[in-house]
Amino acid sequence: MNTFDLEKIFQEKIDGEIKIEPKDWMPDAYRKTNIRQISQHAHSEIVGMLPEGNWISRAPSLKRKAILLAKVQDEAGHGLYLYSACETLGITREETINDLHSGKAKYSSIFNYPTLTWADMGAIGWLVDGAAIMNQVMLTRTSYGPYARAMVRICKEESFHQRQGFEILLVLSRGSEEQKAMCQDAINRWWWPSLMMFGPHDSESTNSEQSMKWKIKRKTNDELRQNFVDMCAEQVKILGMKLPDDKLKWNDKKQHYDFGEIDWNEFWNVVKGNGPCNKQRLDARRKAWEEGEWVREAAAAFAEKRKARQQAA
Amino acid sequence: MKNYLRKFYYGDIPDDKVGGNNNETSKNPPLGGRGADWPLWEVFIRSKQGLDHKHVGSLHAADAQMAIENARDVYTRRMEGVSIWVVESKYIHASNPEQAGEFFEPAVDKIYRHPTFYDLPDEVNQM
Repeated sequence: MNTFDLEKIFQEKIDGEIKIEPKDWMPDAYRKTNIRQISQHAHSEIVGMLPEGNWISRAPSLKRKAILLAKVQDEAGHGLYLYSACETLGITREETINDLHSGKAKYSSIFNYPTLTWADMGAIGWLVDGAAIMNQVMLTRTSYGPYARAMVRICKEESFHQRQGFEILLVLSRGSEEQKAMCQDAINRWWWPSLMMFGPHDSESTNSEQSMKWKIKRKTNDELRQNFVDMCAEQVKILGMKLPDDKLKWNDKKQHYDFGEIDWNEFWNVVKGNGPCNKQRLDARRKAWEEGEWVREAAAAFAEKRKARQQAA
Repeated sequence: MKNYLRKFYYGDIPDDKVGGNNNETSKNPPLGGRGADWPLWEVFIRSKQGLDHKHVGSLHAADAQMAIENARDVYTRRMEGVSIWVVESKYIHASNPEQAGEFFEPAVDKIYRHPTFYDLPDEVNQM
């Protein structure tokens, strides 16, 4: 069979909502796009542990500390589900991690912003995880089987993340004047970066069209962003807080909220590595890898020893 | 595979817009040290007594014991399992998807294997 026929059969499968599995034939570009997207998603989970890790030892109570620990552990798990899914496409774990450490592979830029107060843990849960969930719910129906299955598992666990975040903000919003101010300040700082998580406008996003045709993505960046704004504009009322956008207004004709323009300069700047914490995040990952070397060595040595003992017995 | 990866994040960022060290991977030395190359294991979990073990994913570990412990932490944080199997991925043999048509063909035309093939009078209840 020639490549043309194979591509035709492949597209027919996609159109017929049949999932693509690791050993199935797929166009090179489909493989590449999935490797890039899944690995970036995995890196986002792993790097995403860092801003929250900052607050584990500073959580205001034992309960909050236990919750935050569980959430960060989930994120490590999500990274691992995704790395596994990525490996089924023929790239090794080592290469994937190497690409993160070298700065070649990206992760979500949102994690290059600092976490300044406890309220940031709430805003991250509500807004950052909320934005991620929009994307991830869509991805449970993505065309590549292992990615879709990883997403189903992740989505089941994510909803606790968003709810605990909102609850943190809710408690602060009913607290003292200082706590209320802290809550509003965190929302102010995280709102725009959260909107940026959906990526450039559809008109700017060159790969969106092909990804839609292959059903890697099912909704465009702008569609997802609009859904997110509509959702948050309502939820913020429950907190009695404001989203930092004077253009935010319900549009009766469109049945959607209108909202202001994102600062795309800031967006590209952070993507290019000039965000407040880009260097700090990558340094932390590299350090963890280097300082973990003795653990990996010890585990390998122990495995060998155990094997030798079993063979002797 | 190495030159395939492009800078991107899970929104959608085209390559040409992203400055920096785009094509550096091939120049990077591989990650050093032992443990970068632990074997891959497939994980199967029995979600409750009486059900089959079901494939849930894979992970890296130095040996079987470590694979089982890692599988517990990665795949059963919310009591999703009562039993775990792990097997090194290299020992899994699979049918070839490209030959799935011929391979499963013998079952296709044997509709008489299904109970609905047989037309029985209504009086024969629940057979």
